[in-house]
Amino acid sequence: MTGDCTFKVFRGDRSGGELREYKVPVETGMVVLDAIHWIQSHAAPDLACRWNCKAARCGSCSAEVNGRPKLMCKTRLDDFPQGEPITVRPMKAFPVLKDLVTDVSSNYAMAKKIPAFTPQPDAAWKWYQNDIDRVQEFRKCIQCFLCQDVCHVLREHNKHAVFAGPAFFVSAAALEMHPIDGLDRTPLLKEALGIGYCNITKCCTEVCPEDIHITDNAIIPLKERVVDRYYDPLLRLWRKIRRLRAGAT
Amino acid sequence: MIRTLQERGVHQGIDVFMECTVVGLLKDGDRVGGAIAYWRETGRFVIFRAKAVVLATGGYGKAWKVTSNSWEYTGDGHALAYEAGAELIDMEFFQFHPTGMIWPPGVMGILITEAVRGEGGVLTNSKGERFMWKYLPDNKRKEFAETPEESQKWVDMVVAGKQTDARRPPELSTRDNVARAIYTEVKEGRGTPHGGVWLDISFQDSDRVKKKLPSMYHQFKDLADVDITKQPMEVGPTAHYAMGGIRADPDSGASTVPGLFAAGECTGGMHGANRLGGNSLSDLVVFGRRAGMGAADFAKQNAQWPSVNEDEIQNHVHRAIAPFERSGEDPYAVHSALQDVMGKYVGIFRNERDLEEGLRQLLSVRQRIENTHVEGSVLFNPGWHLARDLENLAVCAEATCRAALLRKESRGAHSRTDFPKEDAKLAKVNMSVKKSQEGMAVSATPCPQMPDELRKLFE
Ligand SMILES: Cc1cc2nc3c(=O)[nH]c(=O)nc-3n(C[C@H](O)[C@H](O)[C@H](O)COP(=O)(O)OP(=O)(O)OC[C@H]3O[C@@H](n4cnc5c(N)ncnc54)[C@H](O)[C@@H]3O)c2cc1C
Ligand code: SF4
Ligand code: SF4
Ligand code: FES
Repeated sequence: MTGDCTFKVFRGDRSGGELREYKVPVETGMVVLDAIHWIQSHAAPDLACRWNCKAARCGSCSAEVNGRPKLMCKTRLDDFPQGEPITVRPMKAFPVLKDLVTDVSSNYAMAKKIPAFTPQPDAAWKWYQNDIDRVQEFRKCIQCFLCQDVCHVLREHNKHAVFAGPAFFVSAAALEMHPIDGLDRTPLLKEALGIGYCNITKCCTEVCPEDIHITDNAIIPLKERVVDRYYDPLLRLWRKIRRLRAGAT
Repeated sequence: MIRTLQERGVHQGIDVFMECTVVGLLKDGDRVGGAIAYWRETGRFVIFRAKAVVLATGGYGKAWKVTSNSWEYTGDGHALAYEAGAELIDMEFFQFHPTGMIWPPGVMGILITEAVRGEGGVLTNSKGERFMWKYLPDNKRKEFAETPEESQKWVDMVVAGKQTDARRPPELSTRDNVARAIYTEVKEGRGTPHGGVWLDISFQDSDRVKKKLPSMYHQFKDLADVDITKQPMEVGPTAHYAMGGIRADPDSGASTVPGLFAAGECTGGMHGANRLGGNSLSDLVVFGRRAGMGAADFAKQNAQWPSVNEDEIQNHVHRAIAPFERSGEDPYAVHSALQDVMGKYVGIFRNERDLEEGLRQLLSVRQRIENTHVEGSVLFNPGWHLARDLENLAVCAEATCRAALLRKESRGAHSRTDFPKEDAKLAKVNMSVKKSQEGMAVSATPCPQMPDELRKLFE
């Protein structure tokens, strides 16, 4: 793929904006972020975007390319039909600050609500590879928030304050399933993190650049814990009895 | 590691001022008394009053075009400290990592981890020669395998987690040496089509490669259409790590300016002339903690708030917004010019003539930097940000060049073709850079003495 490619890039801020066109010369192997950099250094020096590693590791260059949530540094131009314009917009689930830069601070507020790794007091600090493989998948998360962007609970219904979103179910799962962690975050998942809002559409899993099976491996098992605890009367009775017994000895 | 530190920080209630760029340190007499910054989102300025300040701003790889570093690596802390009167040391030592990506153009410089060679990755030139044997320094040759068989044995045993008497492959020579070797192979006409050498791991078990090097596997597959379990990678040196930086006391992180502390890549001295792989992150956790404690002690002992000087603040603000009012060039073009000079004259191999020419050209680039013009508003404006970054890069680039001129020997990452040998006398000095009335002053200063308890470990 060579020649020129037309880019339609969102230019604007909190008060609104528009798509503007730029013609960019295309090189072999070029990614969308290269095109944005070309525009910055040749046509629009004030075009705002975030990026850092250029290797799909830091999660900062998220945007919507032709309407799909993508890491710009990993999205190759030769994946698109030649001759057609490519549209680049900021993530829709978050308020725009400027151009491709959004205000993702709601995510940081959510991160604060999830208590950090807390080892069991008598932990033996020894675990099996299997257990580690399971949480290792979640630790791959690069916090790109593409899953947050695509989740309808945030994107359409703006539940940022009451719904943690897939990215934070992934981080909660990493802690809850950690063999050494001793905290119980199930009540939190039900209440402050609002896991009940998720109706398992799996859109988040589809866009994750790290291929984390967000729904199957994180959300569903966490939902099961919530259901077990709060909605299964038999199980609840059993737990109560067990606790009573434990108290008696 | 980042995530773990982040989690700890968030839950300890540390305030994080994200996307807030410091443009100047405030002084009260000799002492540093805070910093002035601007919010990238709004372009508004903010003053941080502080009894002590710790700089941890990273390196300045963006002085070169081919670099593993991101846009933030512009030596801000180096320059802030220099301008506040602090000493920088070892600025001639800048590490080029031997294995960066070189193709396609957009990924040029992106790092290929040393782990590829640790897993047995072999370097060959366009003639298929495994050239690293040629470049082993004589005094180290005995530490490396003598034959491909011995080398392979080492890899097999290490992969299996076993002890071995086999010695390691020549590819695991120090970074400076491997980078020079690759550079020389290419320069002498034995390079690959895109001007690098081959790094091959495809002879290893493909599942193991995917498991042990998952990010390299994806990086090459997604960005370069290369399947590293089947094909070799094309690699070349990339500017990577600043050994030089702010002179900081190893126990407290104190710089030579009262109230100013530093830790991490923006400091100098910790890694000598050539950092070894993996040592930066260990440096950060140890000396980051020490600098934090050093700064806290200083703040307790100097409990009186430093006073703020209104004129000084106005000067910083004027300097920061000047690019909107000037009429010179676009900062992106000037950045590219600076990188060209550094690549051409202050790269892996240096000599007196090149360095003199480089310095002359850097000084003229600096004038262009002082006259850059930016478009648009102060709201999240990367061009504006770059204009300020260039001033910082200019300080670092000039310091590197001047210190390199003064060190008339080859040592670690600093290779002078006109002085190819180490000079024992120069092992005893650090080149120190300091702001003076006449501009940038460079001088040789005695290396600190190793404390006795450490010296014993070497005896
Ligand atoms: C691709 C790559 C791979 C690496 N791999 C390894 C490895 O495997 N092992 C190892 O030991 N080392 C590795 N290194 C080196 C190591 O990562 C760095 O040396 C280290 O991260 C430096 O840490 P730091 O805290 O000093 O600075 P940084 O991590 O660079 O942090 C500097 C911070 O300061 C901020 N900052 C800069 N200027 C300003 C300003 N003016 N105002 C406000 N904030 C500012 C930046 O935004 C940034 O957040 C690698 C480096 C790279 C580039
Ligand atoms: S599966 Fe749940 S979290 Fe994921 S996108 Fe659908 S509703 Fe959102
Ligand atoms: S889970 Fe995947 S999509 Fe979501 S933030 Fe993490 S890496 Fe990104
Ligand atoms: S720049 Fe880091 S993920 Fe794209």
